[in-house]
Amino acid sequence: MTSDVLVVGGGIIGLVTAWRAAERGTAVAVVDPDPGGGAARVAAGMLAAVTEHHHGEQDLLALNLESARRWPAFAAELAEASGTDVGYRPSGTLAVALDADDRAELRELHDLHRLHGLSSEWLSGRECRRLEPMLAPGVRGGLRVDGDHQADPRLLASALRLACERAGVVFHRQRAVRLRVTGGRADGVVLEDGTPLSAARVVLAAGSLSGELEGVPEEVRPPVRPVKGQVLRLRVPPVYAPFLSRTVRAVVRGSAVYLVPRENGELVVGATSEELGFDTTVTAGGVYTLLRDARELLPGITELPMTETLAGLRPGSPDNAPLLGPTALDGLLLATGHYRNGVLLTPVTGDLMAETLATGELPERARAFAADRFAAAGGRPGAWQPAPDTGGGTAHAAAATGAQPAARVDDAARKDDAARVDDAAGERAAAGERAAAGKEVAA
Amino acid sequence: MEAWTPQDDDPLLLGDLKLTSRLIMGTGGASGLDALERALVASGTELTTVAMRRVNPASHGSVLSVLQRLGIRVLPNTAGCFTAGEAVLTARLAREALGTSLVKLEVVADERTLLPDPVELLEAAETLVDDGFTVLPYTSDDPVLARRLEDVGCAAVMPLGSPIGSGLGIRNPHNFELMVEAAGVPVILDAGAGTASDVTFAMELGCAGVMLASAVTRARDPERMARAMRHGVEAGRLARLAGRIPPRRFAHASSPTEGLAELDPERPAF
Repeated sequence: MTSDVLVVGGGIIGLVTAWRAAERGTAVAVVDPDPGGGAARVAAGMLAAVTEHHHGEQDLLALNLESARRWPAFAAELAEASGTDVGYRPSGTLAVALDADDRAELRELHDLHRLHGLSSEWLSGRECRRLEPMLAPGVRGGLRVDGDHQADPRLLASALRLACERAGVVFHRQRAVRLRVTGGRADGVVLEDGTPLSAARVVLAAGSLSGELEGVPEEVRPPVRPVKGQVLRLRVPPVYAPFLSRTVRAVVRGSAVYLVPRENGELVVGATSEELGFDTTVTAGGVYTLLRDARELLPGITELPMTETLAGLRPGSPDNAPLLGPTALDGLLLATGHYRNGVLLTPVTGDLMAETLATGELPERARAFAADRFAAAGGRPGAWQPAPDTGGGTAHAAAATGAQPAARVDDAARKDDAARVDDAAGERAAAGERAAAGKEVAA
Repeated sequence: MEAWTPQDDDPLLLGDLKLTSRLIMGTGGASGLDALERALVASGTELTTVAMRRVNPASHGSVLSVLQRLGIRVLPNTAGCFTAGEAVLTARLAREALGTSLVKLEVVADERTLLPDPVELLEAAETLVDDGFTVLPYTSDDPVLARRLEDVGCAAVMPLGSPIGSGLGIRNPHNFELMVEAAGVPVILDAGAGTASDVTFAMELGCAGVMLASAVTRARDPERMARAMRHGVEAGRLARLAGRIPPRRFAHASSPTEGLAELDPERPAF
């Protein structure tokens, strides 16, 4: 059986790649024993470009912001293509602190936001509790980030699967056990029952398993490792609704916890972060830590029914950023390593991969995420350059002329990156202003 | 016979292990493996501790493979243990998995302070020494406990300057002086360093080395802070060996104030 593009892995990243490529008329097949499963089945689905930003990850920030900006249109498009809801919800995020140390840490995050022109507003503890009355009285302050939205990863996965089916993507519901390489070129895979599948190009999008496929030459094997996360699901009975109106996250005495309320009454509590290989057991300690911290934040959760405990594996890359596009092996491409940001990065990954499959090259602006960046000896990859906003020309123009925050950069070497990031941030700030009038835009 | 004088490049001896670098690193708190790798390289460390409860030695691409690639020796630790029993079990699992009898022994009393539980610690140390381990115990800054740990055969004592991750530096320098004076094994600052001057101070007090993680991994620029720590350790050790001047209450001019040149009033001096 032959197709033009064979995608190994039917998680959200594999599916969005398949869907976007099929939309352009490519003959695509997906290999996965359970398409629509994978890490997204466990993930909370925070689109947290701002609240999850860390020092030293400016390139990734710009990619995350770009994808966050694409989410509303992507959700609408996917809903139409699949005929089903994708669970996108533009409710914001509130990051709170419970003691003085955690507050100081949150203040640092706020400084970082201001440095990069990201939109976030400092609130007193009282203001936090006015927004979310279920919060514990001990809350010392918080950051309101209206631009960090959420999606339901399970709905997203099934919508992508449906959209793929409608677009003519063929599904092979088996595990791929080996990559076929003929004459120095990847040209298909072998399924676990021995069936060979051939294709002009193979996209390896198998999440944390991406480094495990046999037959992949060592020099192009993606440096992806599983990072375990345990997640709980509670249910908010109608009498308590809404309980929370937005995502609440906190660092409770140094350990991170978040609670994501869904429209359907589900409340997702996550997540641990453990480097234990391919282990997906739920442990007493994991559940205890999550509940202990969540309860300290929202004492009322003890009344809620607990409906599910689950552990998943984030595909971690060395620099926490995805690996996209062609490898040094002809015919083999990667779309993996999305780590904590798979749901957030789904829209931009689909577009970049489809463009790559159409042109044969990863778009220049995404060089910072090139699949071969860890194999290449010649220096570090370049910075991510956000795409021009074709849909919202005014917002882009505004960012370019007026809304550029002054970059306070103490390291001249990073100046280039910072300037580009600020550009993206400005775009986002401007787009955010349109979306939610009255919100403070820190610049 | 000439008395032995310490030299700048004397190795740090931990049991049979000889280390040129006196900075022992930890991996906790790193934002990513790439960032961690750059920090480890910049620190110049030869020994790095990894929490055995949080890492699976069998998995690829983890922090252990980074250490292996960099040629840095792994020091398994028993972080997260609250009883001697758990710590002993964790140490044995680590020895089996990694093939090393080195262990950084941590038995903490509670999660809020992460302070060592001295009673459990001493018991675990005794058990593990008897079992053939090279035991490096994370201990309170208590000179009596330090002596007891040395007595049961620990290869070093690793007192905290202040609680883990607090960055509060050395809160009781006097105790460090007492421990250094009394100890026949290396005294290594094991927690509390927040910035380079903290580690320099530790070395000036006579510590044989410094162990730290958060101060680097949680710094805004971990790589640069790692380099600072490396220099901090070296500066402190050199200062200790060089011998600081005694502090005085009043000034002591560094330029001579006597025997000034007699200047010819007829001719300008300059």
